[in-house]
Amino acid sequence: MPVTTIEGHEIHVDDEGFMTVYDEWDETLGAALAGAIGVEMSDDAWNAIRFMRKDFKEQDDVTPTLRRVSTAGGFETKKLFELFPKKPAKKMAYIAGLPKPKGCV
Amino acid sequence: MTSTSEAIIPKFDDDDEGGGRKLAIICSKGNLDMAYPGLILGNAALGEGVELHLFFTFWGFDMIIKSRMNDLKFSPSGNTAMHMPIGDVRIPQALAPMPGMQPMATHMLKKQIADLGVPEVPDFLEHIVASGGHLWACRMSADMNHVTMDDLYEGVEGIINASDFIEITEGAQLLFI
Repeated sequence: MPVTTIEGHEIHVDDEGFMTVYDEWDETLGAALAGAIGVEMSDDAWNAIRFMRKDFKEQDDVTPTLRRVSTAGGFETKKLFELFPKKPAKKMAYIAGLPKPKGCV
Repeated sequence: MTSTSEAIIPKFDDDDEGGGRKLAIICSKGNLDMAYPGLILGNAALGEGVELHLFFTFWGFDMIIKSRMNDLKFSPSGNTAMHMPIGDVRIPQALAPMPGMQPMATHMLKKQIADLGVPEVPDFLEHIVASGGHLWACRMSADMNHVTMDDLYEGVEGIINASDFIEITEGAQLLFI
């Protein structure tokens, strides 16, 4: 498993760069990850990321899909596409330090 | 365990403004089971930043006609891949058209889909529209069924003819379902 350094944080990642150790994450690192992929973090964006982290734990380590963030988290799909352009589910998972979502929908 | 000096950051390949990938799916079936492939693939495409156009034609119109879209059916009749809930036992084709089989099969399929957290057809279309997908209705099907925009799901952008569709889908990858 590769180890990489993002703005001074040493983290375990998969081959693509998604974090593999849940507890290595904190919000400072989240901000650095967002910066690395060019996403600006607003309050709304942080709320979505916090939901991702919480739901992942509650669902026994399953990264929520975009549909789940919208239905269970109450975030509008349209808004998520604005906050995390083009590939919201993957970008949110990356910033939240979670694996890519596995579900189809 | 390996350590690298250069940061490993996923490549989202999403900065190709204008020259991005485009997918068009023709939805021509109105059975419950055949409504889903187009919706699932279309939704996945949107999640990958791909421009999406869904074109509804012929029986696929039932997916976007307001009075029918909530009530698509699934029939085991003519479907030899329909099995009993347990094991590999096929439902005999002679039984498939029996009264009660279609509601039962529809109920079962809807439950299996819901158990996976996959929405029903109207909710799925709403999600696709919210994700930026485009829905189009076929002119000939509309005329054949005497259907106007008032009868169609509000997310449908227009009733277009075959040439319009060809124009809209210039450069797109195409799927016929």
